Amino acid sequence: MGNQSNKSMAEKSWSPQPADAQEKQLLEIADQVLERAKANGATAAEVSLGHGKGMSVNVRNGEVETVEYNRDKSLGITVYFDHRSGSSNTTDYADAALKSCVDAACNIARYTEEDEFNGLADPELLATKIPDLDLYYPWQLEMDEAIDLATRCEQSALDQDSRITNTEGGSLSSHDGADLYANSHGFRGLSRSSRHSISCSVIAGEGDGMQRDYWYDSCRDQSEMRTPESVGKETAQRTVRRLGARKAATGTYPVIYEPMVAASLLSHLVSAISGSSLYRRASFLLDSKGEKLFRDSIRIHEQPLLKKAPGSASFDNEGVATKPRDIVSGGVLNDYVLSSYSARKLGTQTTGNAGGVHNLTIDPTEDIGLDDMIKSMGTGLVVSELIGFGINNVTGDYSRGAFGFWVENGEIAYPVQEFTIAGNLRDMFMGIEVVGSDFDIRRSTRAGSILVGEMTVAGA
Amino acid sequence: MSDILQLAQQSLWQPTGLIEQDINNTLGKIMTPGIDYADLYFQYSRHESWALDEGTVKSGSFGIDQGVGVRAVAGEKTGFAYSDEITGNALLDAASAARSIAANSGDQGAVAVRNDRKIAPLYSSANPMESLKDEDKVALLRQIEQVARKADSRVVQVMVSLAAAHDTIMIARSDGLLAGDIRPLVRMNVSVIAEENGRREQGSSGGGGRYTMEYFVEQNRAEEYAHEAVRQALVNLEAQDAPAGEMTVVLGPGWPGILLHEAIGHGLEGDFNRKGTSAFSGQIGQKVASSQCTVVDDGTIANRRGSLTIDDEGEAAKNTVLIENGILKGYMQDQTNARLMGMEPTGNGRRESYGHLPMPRMTNTYMLAGEHDPQEIISSVDNGLYAVNFGGGQVDITSGKFVFSASEAYVVKNGKITHPVKGATLIGNGPDVLTRVSMVGNDLELDTGVGVCGKEGQSVPVGVGQPTMRIDGLTVGGVSV
Ligand SMILES: [Zn+2]
Repeated sequence: MGNQSNKSMAEKSWSPQPADAQEKQLLEIADQVLERAKANGATAAEVSLGHGKGMSVNVRNGEVETVEYNRDKSLGITVYFDHRSGSSNTTDYADAALKSCVDAACNIARYTEEDEFNGLADPELLATKIPDLDLYYPWQLEMDEAIDLATRCEQSALDQDSRITNTEGGSLSSHDGADLYANSHGFRGLSRSSRHSISCSVIAGEGDGMQRDYWYDSCRDQSEMRTPESVGKETAQRTVRRLGARKAATGTYPVIYEPMVAASLLSHLVSAISGSSLYRRASFLLDSKGEKLFRDSIRIHEQPLLKKAPGSASFDNEGVATKPRDIVSGGVLNDYVLSSYSARKLGTQTTGNAGGVHNLTIDPTEDIGLDDMIKSMGTGLVVSELIGFGINNVTGDYSRGAFGFWVENGEIAYPVQEFTIAGNLRDMFMGIEVVGSDFDIRRSTRAGSILVGEMTVAGA
Repeated sequence: MSDILQLAQQSLWQPTGLIEQDINNTLGKIMTPGIDYADLYFQYSRHESWALDEGTVKSGSFGIDQGVGVRAVAGEKTGFAYSDEITGNALLDAASAARSIAANSGDQGAVAVRNDRKIAPLYSSANPMESLKDEDKVALLRQIEQVARKADSRVVQVMVSLAAAHDTIMIARSDGLLAGDIRPLVRMNVSVIAEENGRREQGSSGGGGRYTMEYFVEQNRAEEYAHEAVRQALVNLEAQDAPAGEMTVVLGPGWPGILLHEAIGHGLEGDFNRKGTSAFSGQIGQKVASSQCTVVDDGTIANRRGSLTIDDEGEAAKNTVLIENGILKGYMQDQTNARLMGMEPTGNGRRESYGHLPMPRMTNTYMLAGEHDPQEIISSVDNGLYAVNFGGGQVDITSGKFVFSASEAYVVKNGKITHPVKGATLIGNGPDVLTRVSMVGNDLELDTGVGVCGKEGQSVPVGVGQPTMRIDGLTVGGVSV
C-alpha cells in the first residue's frame, strides 16, 4: 500500500482513556468482585485483572500485509472456602458478567475437595513497597510510522545480500497496559508496562536449498530499540550463513549453544526445581537442594528489580515481594522456585515465584564472546536453533532437533542441519564449561553463549 | 434458516439487541471502493476444567470469552480489529479501524447477509458442561485415579484432568454469506509416574472429541486411558538408552501420524505456498512420496477433534486430497490465500478466537490404509526402531526439516521387537521422508483426540492418523552411538 490518507484515522475511535481513569476502574472492579466473593461466603479471594492495547503491522516485499489493532481485557478470580477453591475468568467487565464470574468460581469451590495447603499467600510476605521499575513507555505510534519502520527493516535485509531470494516480511508491534492483583488481605498491586518489538524474517537460496531465519529486538522503551536497519542487516546475515547446510555426522562432540538457545537450558533447570514438579515428584532434581549440580564457576540468579528489563516485577502473582537471590552459586543449588502453595506442600516458605522467575541470569564464567569460545572449542558444533520438545522432566532425558555449524580447528567449517543433540540434563548441567559474556538482554532469561563439554549428535 | 444459526443468533446478537440490519450496515461501511472482502466473526465461548492431583480434586475453573473480530481485505492487505463487546458501536469502531488499510474514499457498499445453505452438522450442539453433574465430574476423576493406582503397585503419582468447551460462532461476510456453528469439545488426560528401585518414569494417555462428557463414561474409555498411561510408564521403567543415527523406522498406527502433520501438513498450507516459503512450493503434480502413500486432510468426520461443520470463514469442511499415490495434489486453503492463488477454498480457514486472524490450518490429517499386515512390516526389519507413541513435534517450513519425539519405542532386531528404549527425537526432511516409505499397513487408525496445533501463536484442535508404516532411513536422536 502507499502511505496515503490512512494517517491516524484509528485514533478517533481507539484512543485510550487517560491511564489513571482506567486504573481507577480496575481498582473499583477488584473491590466489587472481592466483596461479592465475601458476600457469597468465601473466606478469602484473590483477583487478577488488566487491560492492554496495541497495534502490529507486517510488511512484505515493501507492501503492507496486515495491520492489527488489539484491545484486551481480562479478569480471573480464585475464591477459597477455607481450604476448598474455585476459579473463573471473563473478558466482560459488565456488572452482570462480573457477578456471574464470581458465582461460577464459588460454585466450583462447592465441588472441589479440601486441600489444607490451599489459600492466599501469608500476609507478612506481601510486598509493602511497590517501586517504579521503569517498565511503562507507551508509544503514541501512528500507523504510517509503524509501516515505515517495518518497511525499512525488511528492505535493509533484502538489500544486504543478493542470495536473499524471498521474504516473510518485516514487523513492528507495540503494546501497553496495566495489571492489578488484589486479594482479601487488602493487598493491591498495580503495575503498568509496555513492550515494543521489531522483527524481520527472510529466505535465502532456492528449491531444496532454501533457508529461513529471523532477528528481532524488543524493549520497554522505544527510544532504546535498535534501528530497523541493524535488525534487517542481522536478519540477512543470520539467514545467508545457513546456506549450503549439510547433515551433521553422528558422534559425541562438545556443543556451543548460541545465546538465543542457551536460555532454554535455564528454563529446563527452572522447570525441574519448580514446586509443582517437586511435590509431584515429577522432576529429575528431587531433593537436590544443597547439591552440587554445576561446576564451581557457575552462578545463576534472579534479578526481579532490574529497571526496564523484560522480566521485572516487584511482587509475584500472589502479591509476595520479590527479591534478588542466588539460585545456584559456586555450582550448588541453593533453593527451589516456589509459590505459596508448593512451598506449603514442601513444608517451607515461598520464594516469590508464583507465575515464574524474574530475569533469571547465568553469569559469565569469563569475559568471552562466541568467536573466542569457538576458537577454544577446536572441534565440535555450534547450535543456533532448536526445534521440538524432547525433554523429559521426570528423567532429565534430552533430545532435540537442531540447526547450526560444524567447527574444525577453531573455525566454522560449514552449516549443518537435520540432526539432533541428546544427553541427560544432569550431565549437561555439570558439563557446562564456559558461559560467555555475550548476553541476550531482550529475554527474561539471560544467558550468553554456553559450551557443554560433550553431547551425542545424531545425523548422517 | 438453519436451527444452528438461530441458536447462535440467540447467544450472540440477542443479548445486546443486534439485528441483521446492524450487520449489513457495518459490512457496508467497510465495503467502500478499494476493499475486496470483509467479514465479521462473532464468538461466545465457555470452557471448564477440573484437575485431580496428589489424590485431591483441588482445582477447577470456568471461563467465558466473547467478542467480535472485524476484518477487511484489499488485495494482499488485511486490516483487523476486534472488540470484547458485541454491540453496534463496538462493531462500527472495529470496522473503521480494520478498513484503514485502504484509502478512505467513495460510497458505502451495499451488503445484505442471508443464509440459504443447509449443511448437516457433524456434531451435537449440546453443551458438554451440562452433560454430567459437577459432582459426577469430580467422582469420575476420583474413580480414574483409583483405577490407575490399583493397576500396579509401582504407580506413585496420578494426575487426571477433564476439560470441556462450548463454542458458538457466527460469520457474516461481505459476499452475503451468513453462517453459524456450535462446537462442543471435550478432553480427558491421565498421566502417571511409576517408580521402581529409585527409577521414576512417566506415562500418559487421553482422548476426546466433539462430544459431551458422557463419551468418557461410555465403553469405559476413561478407564482405558488410565490403564494405557500405566502400561506406558511400566514399559519406560524397562527402557534402555535409545540408539543415535540413521536407521529403518517403523511407526505404529494412530497418533504417530503426527509425522504427517509435521513433515507434510504444515508445508502444504496455502499461505506458505503462495509466498513461496515452503519446501513444497511449486511442487503440485510432482512425486513427493512413495506410490503407496495417499494423504488427506479431512474435516468432515463426525465428532472428531479436528472436524468442523463449517470453518471459521463459513466454508463447509472438506476432505482434501494432499498426496495421491505419491503425487502432490493440493494445498489447504483459506479465503485469502485461495483467492490470491486462483484456487478454491478448502474449508481450512481457522482461527484461535475472534481476537485472531484466520489462516490455512489443518483439520484431521491422515494417511489412507495400504496392503501390508502390520506384523509383516515389523518382520521385514533386520535392525531398526519401532515407535508407537509420541509427544510433540515441530517443523521448519522453509528447509522442510521436522522433528517428533517418541515417548514409547522399541529396538527391532531380525524382525522381532526386542527391548524398549527411552524417548528420542526423530528428525527428517519433509519433502523426502515419504519417498522412503517402503510398506504401508492395512491398519489405519485415527488418534484418540488430543492434538493441539500451534502456528504463529494461535492454537487450534487437530487430529492425525495413519496405518503402520515402514520408513527406510530416518535419523533417531538417541544417546547411544
Ligand atoms: Zn502443527
